[in-house]
Amino acid sequence: MRDDVGIELAGLRKRFGETQALDGMTFTVRPGRVTGFVGPNGAGKSTTMRVVLGLDTPDAGHALVGGRSYRSLRSPLTRLGSLLDAGALQPSRTARNHLLWLARSQGLPARRVDQVLEQVGLAGAARRRAGGFSLGMRQRLGIAAALLGDPPALMLDEPFNGLDPEGIRWIRGLLASLAAEGRAVLVSSHLMGELEDVADHLVVVGRGRVVADTGVRELLAGVAAGRVTLRTSAPLVAAEALSGTGAAVQVTGPETLGITGLPGEAIVARLTAAAVPFAELSTHRATLEEAYLALTGDAVQYRSADAAAGVER
Amino acid sequence: MRTLHAEWTKFRTVRGWVLGAVGAMLASVLFLLVGTASSNEHPQRATALSAGPGGGAVNDSFYFVHRALSGDGGITVPVTALTGVLADPAGAGTAGGPGGTTSGVTPWSKAGILVKQSLGQGSSYAAMTVTGAHGVRMQDDFTHDRAGLPGSPSTAEPRWLRLVRTGGTVTGYDSTDGERWTEVGTARLPESATTVQVGLFVAAPAAVRASGGGSSSPATATGSFGRVTLSGSWGQAAGGWQGLQVGDDAGTSGSYTPGTSGGWTTTGEGFTVTGAGDIAPVVGGPALGPAFTVETFLVGTFVGLIMLTVVAVQFVTAEYRRGLLGQTLASTPHRGRMLLAKAAVVATVAFAVGAAAAAVSIPLGELRARATHFAVLTVPTAVQTRAVLGTGLLLAATAVLSLALGVVLRRSVTAITAVVAATVLPYLLAFGGMLPSGPAEWLLRLTPAAGFAVQQTLPRYDQVLTVYAPSSGYFPLSPWGGLAVLGVWSALALAAATVLLRRRDA
Repeated sequence: MRDDVGIELAGLRKRFGETQALDGMTFTVRPGRVTGFVGPNGAGKSTTMRVVLGLDTPDAGHALVGGRSYRSLRSPLTRLGSLLDAGALQPSRTARNHLLWLARSQGLPARRVDQVLEQVGLAGAARRRAGGFSLGMRQRLGIAAALLGDPPALMLDEPFNGLDPEGIRWIRGLLASLAAEGRAVLVSSHLMGELEDVADHLVVVGRGRVVADTGVRELLAGVAAGRVTLRTSAPLVAAEALSGTGAAVQVTGPETLGITGLPGEAIVARLTAAAVPFAELSTHRATLEEAYLALTGDAVQYRSADAAAGVER
Repeated sequence: MRTLHAEWTKFRTVRGWVLGAVGAMLASVLFLLVGTASSNEHPQRATALSAGPGGGAVNDSFYFVHRALSGDGGITVPVTALTGVLADPAGAGTAGGPGGTTSGVTPWSKAGILVKQSLGQGSSYAAMTVTGAHGVRMQDDFTHDRAGLPGSPSTAEPRWLRLVRTGGTVTGYDSTDGERWTEVGTARLPESATTVQVGLFVAAPAAVRASGGGSSSPATATGSFGRVTLSGSWGQAAGGWQGLQVGDDAGTSGSYTPGTSGGWTTTGEGFTVTGAGDIAPVVGGPALGPAFTVETFLVGTFVGLIMLTVVAVQFVTAEYRRGLLGQTLASTPHRGRMLLAKAAVVATVAFAVGAAAAAVSIPLGELRARATHFAVLTVPTAVQTRAVLGTGLLLAATAVLSLALGVVLRRSVTAITAVVAATVLPYLLAFGGMLPSGPAEWLLRLTPAAGFAVQQTLPRYDQVLTVYAPSSGYFPLSPWGGLAVLGVWSALALAAATVLLRRRDA
């Protein structure tokens, strides 16, 4: 990793009143790939990003952008583009003027504003008041702001929120191309599914610290303990036949069983031996979602409680 | 510079703020039109006030026993007495009752000698005079006043006065015996005035009472002069001395007590002269009467100030409310610089609005005054310019205060209320006559409302008696001193805002 790109966080701690929002958050966002930043609401994702931007001061630890603290940057938007809250707009200001003041603050020409508006597909709405924008359009405007300074690093908080399927597809393509250009891209989401097929790397967080920092491929391989679905007209007989093999059998429907802990071939052998009729047996690959749930097994239990406490800002 | 450019872009791209600023200007002017809608019911008072050599409005009303002097020359005379008649204030319960009189002189009643450029109102002059309570004075061109011998004259201890004209210079002397002379001062007369009017004069400004918001009542004075000695080339006009009432009997400085009138008699070798009025700058207060001042024309300022306060507060609280401050600080992490840029933008806008509103209001107000038959208290151009630019600075400082309180309090309603309570409220309380003079003056010394003092054009002179209090439109602090008090408030608020902004999580 070159010193002048990427985002580096080391031992970030931050307490809001009773809540330890960040509890030693440490990870690195490397250039050339999309890093998914996943965790339940309240896990500290937004706070982490606010600390990186110098908006919140950490109680301990530091965050560096291209090797320097964000608050020391001369033209920060040309070092790190960010989208924290797409709703943060002056409603009466037009989309173009919203980007224009940001451009002025970095000494960028107005021409650059028109370029990014074109890039995010808002050129036609440039002179409309941002207050009348749909959530999807606001997300595009927020992404335009992040792209404005053509930065080597980007940080987007929940960019998929409020987007229709076409918008989600567009962002995925955009993120992939930004990473392909060698940029460091950090994208947060509380839904692992949104990052399917786009993240190359995952930082999974819970309770203000990193639970897993791993490549997507390695993660999926780690949860490879396959799960088999069996469709049979005699589920109870089949369950009987599989007892004593060490397999865990669950009735998942009137004619389906979920089986784990036993390879598909062994199941077929057993059922055949016991002459249990079955219509279909399928082994399926673990999804990112399942891998995530496996990692954050206990995190899910406090999710609702913490979210209700309003930890995520 | 970039940050400033960004903040300016922010400001000009929100239509509500731009309209608010323009509206603040229009509202100020509109308020003036509403405030000057009524017409003067006494058209006889509508005559324009004379302006002195310095440009300010003056009273030039006195009784003058004069003759012409061409070229250099001098006049010397002893004054042996200064007495007077005061009108009883209506309902004062004295023996005479309303309409009655008592004997007495007002402190700045004058009996002395005068060298005056011409008999025209407001012309240049130099005078040596005995006064009712301030000893011998040398005064010139209405605004200048120097002390000479103390005490009052009597037949046993007269006050000798002398004025000597040499070219464009007039020198004043006084003496207790007519032999040993002391120079009191010199004054300049325009070189162009070859023939000037020289002689004896008597004036008596009205008696002023501070009670009940201030009131005044007529006074007349009589001076007893000894033998007049002249030197130089005097005009050969038949009879020599001529008596003349200069100016109105009813200037803003006072008028003749019932039963008295201006005049002169010779008594042996000397003269007795009776007069009223004053040779002095016009000041505010009970004697001013139905005249408009520049302050009257700037009365709409507080409306514009309230509107600009709303705009300046919103300029930052809108960012808190919309969560936009995060983006602002992400683009400009140097928080102090960001706040300074914001302050510069609102201050510039407010200055432009204030100065433009004042620059429009003053001539417009003068037109209105003429249409509604009110006199206008003219002030020197420099004073008027100071009031115009000062109005801009007043609004600029208030806008910075508003912005800073917006950062400190983070809520529009609270911040706007705080600014209005700190500026407009004390101003209205102090000048609305709801408070006694003491507390009103302290409000105008300590609160940000002190800044309104920069609009004051009413002059203040030690040699003119009036009620120098808020009830007469007088601020306790000087124009720049008052503005400095507001400036200190704004600077403190801005410093507090900077500290909080740096310390707080955005």
